[in-house]
Amino acid sequence: MTTAERALPRVARVRWSRVLIYAILIAFAAFYLMPVYILLITGMKSFAEVSLYRMWSLPSGVHFDSFTKAWFGSVEEGFRGLSLNFMNSVYITIPATIISAILGSMNGYVLSKWRFRGSDMLFPALLFGMFIPYQSILIPLVQSLSKIGLYGTIPGLIFVHIVYGIPITTLIFRNYYATVPTELVEAAKIDGANIFSIYRWVMFPLSMPGFVVVLIWQFTSIWNDFLFAVTIAQNPAIQPITVGLNNLAGSYIVQWNVQMAGALIAALPTLLVYIFLGRFFMRGLLAGALKG
Amino acid sequence: MAKKIAAHRELISEERKVRSTWARRLTWERMAPVLLVLPSAIAIAIFVYGFIGFTGFASLTRWNKLLPDFTLVGLSNYLVLFAHPRFQIDVRNSVVFTALFLTGCVGIGFLLAVLLDQRVKGENIFRSIYLFPMAISFIVTGVVWRWLLNPGSLEMGSTGVNLLFDRVGLGFLKWGWFTDPTVLHIRPDNGLGIFLQGIGLGALTTDKFGIPVAIISLVIAATWQMSGYVMAMYLAGLHGIPEELREAARVDGASEWQILWHVLWPLLRPITLGAVIILGHISLKIYDLVVAMTGPGIGFSTDVPAYFMWETTFHSNRFAQGASIATIMLIMVAILIIPYLVYSTRREVEA
Repeated sequence: MTTAERALPRVARVRWSRVLIYAILIAFAAFYLMPVYILLITGMKSFAEVSLYRMWSLPSGVHFDSFTKAWFGSVEEGFRGLSLNFMNSVYITIPATIISAILGSMNGYVLSKWRFRGSDMLFPALLFGMFIPYQSILIPLVQSLSKIGLYGTIPGLIFVHIVYGIPITTLIFRNYYATVPTELVEAAKIDGANIFSIYRWVMFPLSMPGFVVVLIWQFTSIWNDFLFAVTIAQNPAIQPITVGLNNLAGSYIVQWNVQMAGALIAALPTLLVYIFLGRFFMRGLLAGALKG
Repeated sequence: MAKKIAAHRELISEERKVRSTWARRLTWERMAPVLLVLPSAIAIAIFVYGFIGFTGFASLTRWNKLLPDFTLVGLSNYLVLFAHPRFQIDVRNSVVFTALFLTGCVGIGFLLAVLLDQRVKGENIFRSIYLFPMAISFIVTGVVWRWLLNPGSLEMGSTGVNLLFDRVGLGFLKWGWFTDPTVLHIRPDNGLGIFLQGIGLGALTTDKFGIPVAIISLVIAATWQMSGYVMAMYLAGLHGIPEELREAARVDGASEWQILWHVLWPLLRPITLGAVIILGHISLKIYDLVVAMTGPGIGFSTDVPAYFMWETTFHSNRFAQGASIATIMLIMVAILIIPYLVYSTRREVEA
């Protein structure tokens, strides 16, 4: 037997294992993309060709009827569109995201560079707030928001997202600032800078990557929130998109292709963020996993 | 001796003087960091700890109508809860869901991470495809999967995944998905069932200790959403393991499988722990997905504590009863999270 002949089976075996690897990866990719396929083709079908029994068939052309209906609603059929809910989500998500990022940045800065007695206790105490089931605070939350006139309002929802966003934003910023050399802060201290000027002139200019991660993370989780929204926003006029979509999908008068178009509309902003800023999204995810 | 003590005292008072001037000089510098985190600390103290305390208190009262009634009734809300068939079913569902969901996510996440780590072409594309569901809300996931797993009907024909099975000749795989009310449990009339009854564990042969098959649909949707996250965690871990370690094992004659099980898997144990904690607390709290996808289901086969809590509290206005469900949920999550928080902060301090 020559060397070449002996080497042959091994090469073949290696190739087969590569084929197997790709086959498994592609099969899983198909599984993950299946709902997207259904969302896209159903949304694009005309009302004439929408049938549950042909749900896997491709549409005859690109129609935007379902999207129009999901967005504007239908007066004759008697359901609201998602346009209002979408804008409510925008009004809630943007201020809540920005303010909670700023708070997180301040907390993370202090807890990583200006440790004081008790700060090592404070940090896990803050973190615990990230894991609690919010059911365990909903009852007093509704009561106190009613007392201060924020129940059933958009500012109320913004406030709630800021408060319960503190733990995760603090965590991400603290871990981020831990990678900034403490010598920079020490040097500035010796030069006579105080805590605020060090933040303003040393830390803040270095914070952009941290801000991107936190903003993306908070944008995604606030946009996708359902529990706070459904509890606090009973009034349809201020409900965000997740609640609007759930109402749309729970209604028997709304055709399923309109529901699918609505689902795509609700998913679009966070999907776009994921597609264009996926790298940072991933970092936020891994930061959310504590320190692994 | 007396001299020594006097000298010592002098030293101490000297030290105090130094310290007090330091303290005066540093007051602002010391207080500034505290002041900066104070608003957040107060907010969390009230909105997390204070509110948890209030919920715990409310669960001990008679507040089971719209108007508050803070008459203390001891643990009676909990006793009512534990005896409530729906709550017993919910706990069963929560345990079954958590077990299947964790197994699914960790299994798929680990498999995909190991495969992607084999210098695969297009690794980035595959990774993005597996991870994108994380960006979507559970409501969207629920709406889509409700239609995908809608079994259709006998008269009108199959829909969704069942229809797909029909098309590719796998019709025998069709079933009722989340509409199937079957609960798999040990039959009281077979050998094991009779044995369990004999040793006084007859309860294990009832459907309270069974697996409601409808919940598998929820597990599929939740795994679709979260398994990519576990993959990303494992992948980050695998990239951190130096190639020399694998090379050394290969030189020692280990096969790729042995390297996987005896080198990589043990090294990735902290990641597995982290994933189990993160997914575990998500699954104990799961609510949105159930609302959008199945609701409580036939015979509460897809009901969960969070759903029961919301309905009890905000539909029936039985606040004290709702507070007791919330408190049980919190205790379950705390049992999972607190040891992990203590462990990871301590490890960090040591490092």
